Amino acid sequence: MPAYLFSRFLQAGVVLFLMSFLSYILIGLMPGDPIDIMLAANPEATAEDAARLRAVYGLDQPLLSRYWQWLSDALTGDFGYSRLFSQPVGDLLLSRMGYSLVLMGLSLLLALIIALPAGIYAAYRKDSFADRFINLTCFAGISIPPFWLALLLISLFAVTLGWLPAGGYALDEDAGIWVALQFLALPVLTLSLATIAGYTRYIRSAMIESLQQDHIRTARAKGCSEIAVILRHGLRAALPPVVTVLSLDFGTLFGGALITETVFARPGMGKLIYDAILGNDYNLALLSLLTVTVMILIGNLLADLSYAWLDPRISLHKEGSK
Amino acid sequence: MSTAERIAPPKLSTTRRSITARIIAHKTALMTLVVLLTLSLLAFAAPLIESLFNLSATEADIYNRFQPPSLTHFLGTDELGRDVFARLLYGGQVSLMVGMITALTAAVIGTIIGLIAGVYKGWMDALLMRLTDGIIALPLLPLLIILAAIDPGKLPLPESITGAEHFSLIRIIVILALFGWTTVARLVRASTLSVMENTYILAAEALGVKKFWVITRHVLPNVLAPLIVATTLSIGNVILLESVLSFLGLGIQPPMPSWGNMLTNAQDLIWENPWLAVYPGMMIFITVIAFNLLGDALQDIFNPRTPSR
Repeated sequence: MPAYLFSRFLQAGVVLFLMSFLSYILIGLMPGDPIDIMLAANPEATAEDAARLRAVYGLDQPLLSRYWQWLSDALTGDFGYSRLFSQPVGDLLLSRMGYSLVLMGLSLLLALIIALPAGIYAAYRKDSFADRFINLTCFAGISIPPFWLALLLISLFAVTLGWLPAGGYALDEDAGIWVALQFLALPVLTLSLATIAGYTRYIRSAMIESLQQDHIRTARAKGCSEIAVILRHGLRAALPPVVTVLSLDFGTLFGGALITETVFARPGMGKLIYDAILGNDYNLALLSLLTVTVMILIGNLLADLSYAWLDPRISLHKEGSK
Repeated sequence: MSTAERIAPPKLSTTRRSITARIIAHKTALMTLVVLLTLSLLAFAAPLIESLFNLSATEADIYNRFQPPSLTHFLGTDELGRDVFARLLYGGQVSLMVGMITALTAAVIGTIIGLIAGVYKGWMDALLMRLTDGIIALPLLPLLIILAAIDPGKLPLPESITGAEHFSLIRIIVILALFGWTTVARLVRASTLSVMENTYILAAEALGVKKFWVITRHVLPNVLAPLIVATTLSIGNVILLESVLSFLGLGIQPPMPSWGNMLTNAQDLIWENPWLAVYPGMMIFITVIAFNLLGDALQDIFNPRTPSR
């Protein structure tokens, strides 16, 4: 196990290093540079001011040495200041992360509450009318553009009915949980509707496979109730692949959160990344991108570990080659 | 063995169950194909339809903004008085073109990588598959946003490419293909590995057949079916991603209409003119679901024995 973990951490380190390098180079190719944007805001600045500012920010150095500087600072825990928000990027990111985690957590929860029964039922009554209906609905779910879904929900619940706010968040933190939930309702609904279909399909196919196993027949033969057969014996064996797919799917969930936060103007990590990239905010964009990558890597690791935990037949020692 | 026998296709196992499944599948396949062909015909006949009904997708007419649907403007006009129906047709050209060209490019890249990994095995396989895993582990959407936002002028590309009228179209195809090949690569590798186990491959190699001919004559035909399914499914996915990027203002740039960028303005106008947000999204939805259902149907047709997933 320790050897396995070590090799995984090593791999994660390589991915992170490559990701930071790639992002740094790519952000360097964005239109203009931070100094251009600063100068645009100040009509009295001269060419000398620009050159001095460039030197102060180290922007007169070649890209590679700038990356090296950034990397050596980052390794000591100094990620620099955000140019857009004039704050240390670490603090900024931490203050925004909560919004995204709440959004993603609630959406995941809601999606699972619906996808689990739907997927299990569809698998149990395979090829029935209900199964076909669920299947077609899933096709609709994976084919709908998430931002359009958001627009439709806004025009129904905010514009036509006027029940919920069309976007934003509760500015007054003491407004209470009820107000916060009102602002959360549409984003959570959007993100979970965008993910339910995929989850249902995974659960259905894992359950179909699981219900065809011999031990299901044994369980029925020994007189288990159908509920026990499905939940205790069927679902138990279907869980490992489902949990794996869910953990591996973190990147997709985050992509959905980015879209949702941008449409609903919620100050989460997704919107922060979007603003940072478009605002040429190097430090902020880099750290947010790396944080998301770390989260995805943790998801992958959890997927492997939970697989071994849920399915004792799998040993991580032998899986070293994978 | 006579020539006729050699040419005859291999008999498919046809239990009664699989025949009915294939007939049902054919219905879906047929229906989605008809929908997609109709859409393509309409989209690529856009200039003809424009002149026939005297519409304009590009010309602003500020005296006729936000017109409701009528006989002159089938779906009304937008915030600049442009005809929404005509813009939808041109947007369709963009989405269908981006979807198909990208998916094909990605399929070619993925097939080459998957074949190399599956045929040569060993360290080559390990390297290519780690690369594939690495790309899958990256946060896709943020990376696409960066790539879509970079300044082409800072790239070592000739002016004739970066300054081209359709540059935003070319760029979106390139960046989506850059990340879109991983599924195909894994699929082709897996199929190649299983095909390479066959004794006829051993026989071919024993006869001294070159690797290139082994791949093109024996391996490629065997991986074609899953390849076609995966490519069809990925067209839908690409169209979705293109619409997201265009919606965020990073994909297809106005004045070229795309279903995604038509929705950008629609969000700001949602309080006064909510219907402007309906049509482009509906078009994306119909197109993507048609490609997804078609891919699923093709899966059933090629592989009658596998249970539908």
